[in-house]
Amino acid sequence: MIITIASGKGGTGKTMVATSLALSLAELMPEQPPLFLDCDVEAPNAHLFLHPTWTEQKDVALLIPSVDEAKCTHCGKCAEICQYHAIAVLGQKTLVFPQLCHGCGSCTALCPEKAITEIPDRMGVIERGPAAAGISFARGVLDVGEPMAVPVIRQLEKWMQPGPGQTVLRDAPPGTSCPVVTAVRGSDYLLLVTEPTPFGLHDLRLAVQVAAELGIPAGVIVNRENGPYMALDEFCAGQRLPVLLRIPFERAIAEGVAQGKTLVDIHPEYGDRFRQMFVQIASLP
Amino acid sequence: MKIILTTTSPNIDSEIDPRFGRAAYLLVIDTNTHEWEAQTNPGASAPGGAGIQAAQFAADQQAQAAISGDFGPHAFKALQAAGIAMYLYGDCRMARQAIERYKAGQLQQVGAPTRGDCDSDHHGQGA
Repeated sequence: MIITIASGKGGTGKTMVATSLALSLAELMPEQPPLFLDCDVEAPNAHLFLHPTWTEQKDVALLIPSVDEAKCTHCGKCAEICQYHAIAVLGQKTLVFPQLCHGCGSCTALCPEKAITEIPDRMGVIERGPAAAGISFARGVLDVGEPMAVPVIRQLEKWMQPGPGQTVLRDAPPGTSCPVVTAVRGSDYLLLVTEPTPFGLHDLRLAVQVAAELGIPAGVIVNRENGPYMALDEFCAGQRLPVLLRIPFERAIAEGVAQGKTLVDIHPEYGDRFRQMFVQIASLP
Repeated sequence: MKIILTTTSPNIDSEIDPRFGRAAYLLVIDTNTHEWEAQTNPGASAPGGAGIQAAQFAADQQAQAAISGDFGPHAFKALQAAGIAMYLYGDCRMARQAIERYKAGQLQQVGAPTRGDCDSDHHGQGA
């Protein structure tokens, strides 16, 4: 089972929830602790809570075209097919713009002169290793200045195949664009962590649309709850989104998390709450 | 010879459009015969690579010069590769005025991109 933790809005507590859920599940299934993927490749930080030891690392590269000018007749077929305009034929020169290239390979396949070869262009790295409580941990890290997070997330997901029956937790990036869709796609359940503010609700609405578009059932965790916020409850009721857990706005939690402690370190009773929540999700038809 | 100007409407009496890749129209004019043709800019609403697309169009038209208010890093690189000279509108408001100034040699030529790529070259709209 794959559960993805997303939010829309940044800073709602995705990683706090994901890491404590992982630790709670490791206790529930000690013979097979979960697989944890930090898919927030622009700013991965779940390792700060789960302390993995990196044992393996792999570069993520896109295959980008390299044009042999001696063979190129400047016919323009490559430029015509490229929907990202990453290759242009300008008079007697064919230019490649690596940062626009999505690595689809169409130009290489269609070149009638076979003048294009593909060369790897590094954009980031994926790494893995065992973490706290026997959790299998992996993350992607996008290189600074690289514009595309999606290939790094895809490679991470491909690299980390779960064992039979192993639960996978994916910590998604904030937002609702391509990297989030890549992290969410293929999940069995989406946990949306929100905060009871107009900002949290605004972005939750967007995240719920992503879930609906991808046809993935979702539930809500309200973090930093500080008294009733009717608009959020009304929205969840209207969308038939179950509110699975409410975490109060509490100084002890804020202080503990700020020191790098997990929620289940700060309040061990959350272990049972996360396990009950998991059982509830896993028993969905 | 042919030159290309970025304009806000598809005719020679148009106001200039200061953007290159994102301009509404690309006006191609033969400076000898004054025949002109206007084309919807293929990259105006493209998610990325707009400057490259406009430069590709200019190269396909065999233009020798491009006049606009702005040349981003990709557009600059592409136009330079195509051997197309780049000129700035300066304070010109109308396409006709820019053509006259170009012919009189009064427009400033560009030797480097007129803006950086602070958005990591992605989507070409960074200022």
